Amino acid sequence: MKRNKSAKFLKSQVTPVEPYDPAALIEVQHLTKNFDALKVLDNISEKIFQGEKIAIIGPSGSGKSTFLRCLNVLEDPTDGYVFFEGNNLCDLKVDINEQRRRMGMVFQQFNLFNNMTVLKNITLAPVHVGLQDLHSAQRRNFWIKFKNLFKKKDKKAPLYPIQTSAKKIKEEAKENAMRLLARIGLADKANVYPSTLSGGQKQRIAIVRSLAMNPKVMLFDEPTSALDPEMVGEVLALIKELATEGMTMVIVTHEMGFAREVATRVMFMDGGKILEQGPPSEIFGNPKNERLQDFLSKVL
Amino acid sequence: MSDFEIFWTRFTSPGHFKNFLTGLQNTAIIAVFGFTIGLILGCILSTILIIPKKNLIVTVLKRIIDVYVAVFRGTPMVVQLLLFHFAIFRAVIIPPVIEASLIFGLNSSAYMTEIIRGGINSVDKGQLEAGRSVGLSFTTTMVRVVIPQAIKNVIPSLGNELISLLKETSIVSFIAILDLTKAFRNIAESTYEYFVPYIGLAVVYLVAVIILTIIIKLIERRLRKSEKK
Repeated sequence: MKRNKSAKFLKSQVTPVEPYDPAALIEVQHLTKNFDALKVLDNISEKIFQGEKIAIIGPSGSGKSTFLRCLNVLEDPTDGYVFFEGNNLCDLKVDINEQRRRMGMVFQQFNLFNNMTVLKNITLAPVHVGLQDLHSAQRRNFWIKFKNLFKKKDKKAPLYPIQTSAKKIKEEAKENAMRLLARIGLADKANVYPSTLSGGQKQRIAIVRSLAMNPKVMLFDEPTSALDPEMVGEVLALIKELATEGMTMVIVTHEMGFAREVATRVMFMDGGKILEQGPPSEIFGNPKNERLQDFLSKVL
Repeated sequence: MSDFEIFWTRFTSPGHFKNFLTGLQNTAIIAVFGFTIGLILGCILSTILIIPKKNLIVTVLKRIIDVYVAVFRGTPMVVQLLLFHFAIFRAVIIPPVIEASLIFGLNSSAYMTEIIRGGINSVDKGQLEAGRSVGLSFTTTMVRVVIPQAIKNVIPSLGNELISLLKETSIVSFIAILDLTKAFRNIAESTYEYFVPYIGLAVVYLVAVIILTIIIKLIERRLRKSEKK
């Protein structure tokens, strides 16, 4: 991997970078996001540790989704920094694509690739990344071989070992995808296009698509908001299953019952700030913040 | 002899029939080459227009493209043809058919830039975000996910553009190219009988356009089918 000597940030990012906490999986420092004059996120600092299941609740327009999207820099923060496993994602010199591979993201509108079959949807990224690595190794080997032509026999540089091939990468990705599809009981849908699937099926496939990259953390952006009521259950069951397996996850949700059941920590956001957070029993059983009390009285 | 018989004897006489074939050929060449040049240029220009980076070079390029599109869309095709043939390419000797293809290509590229850009913009933004979120680069996501979907949206408009291009070629006789229109006008002017030749001309264009329409529909259906398996 390339080493970055000096970091480069957007012009609006003026807050000095603080040293990050190596124990945290994701650390957010002074995160601020403006959409023109509108301040959506207001100086949020937060740490997310390995194995935590965080539910973010709050009224609409409170900045929940923007906060989540800032965690993998789909939305460029106006100010502040996001650290993921010690890499500053806001640093323009960090290869953001490489970092995002370890962060799964699930959208409200599923966003399956409409022009590909379900199987292709799942294997696209793993195959692409695998082939990219393979080709770069092959390129390097080519140069080493070329340079070796001009060296003496005992001074020839060793080649990078390549144990895989393009065919193998594709087969492995396919096998993995079929295993994941079998797990959610949709193996028979591998060769259909997303337009023929129901919302619940689409969302479960979208979850599996991010799982195919073996992410360290999963970000859920209102995963059940666009679903018919009867399909919410199957998606939540899958998320619950992932949670019990120990996946770190951040879930923006309106399903309070689900948040209470699965989350280890609940954050209440309003006006671009985290107003209260704590274990679900505290938040739902004994809310202290007035806005949170008000919010809960309306939704529960 | 009826009007039609007069026309027919003229039309089938070796000189005029040869004119007709050359005219047909020229019209087809100009339409197809113009379309191809326009498509290639349009793809390049619209690619530049969708680059999300905001550095100086990209901004300047985008401005230039805006001006280019405004000029070529905002002036009549005939004026462009005359201007290029009699002023700009005056000293350069190239075959007039090639020259006309080039000018039609430039003109249609202005339209196609906008068509293609619109097609790409019409693809749901979520598709790009989904691609980026699994760790694919902007370019990869564009090439593998967004553009294949954009092509489907764009085919009907591009077909439209091809048809209007074919019909617009009827003005190339302004720069002394023997095209379909010129061939039929020659017949009409040699007999002083205008009705039948011009009806015939209209029918030839109509048939060509209908054939093109059918081809475009077939392509469209083929592309849509793949989604509904």
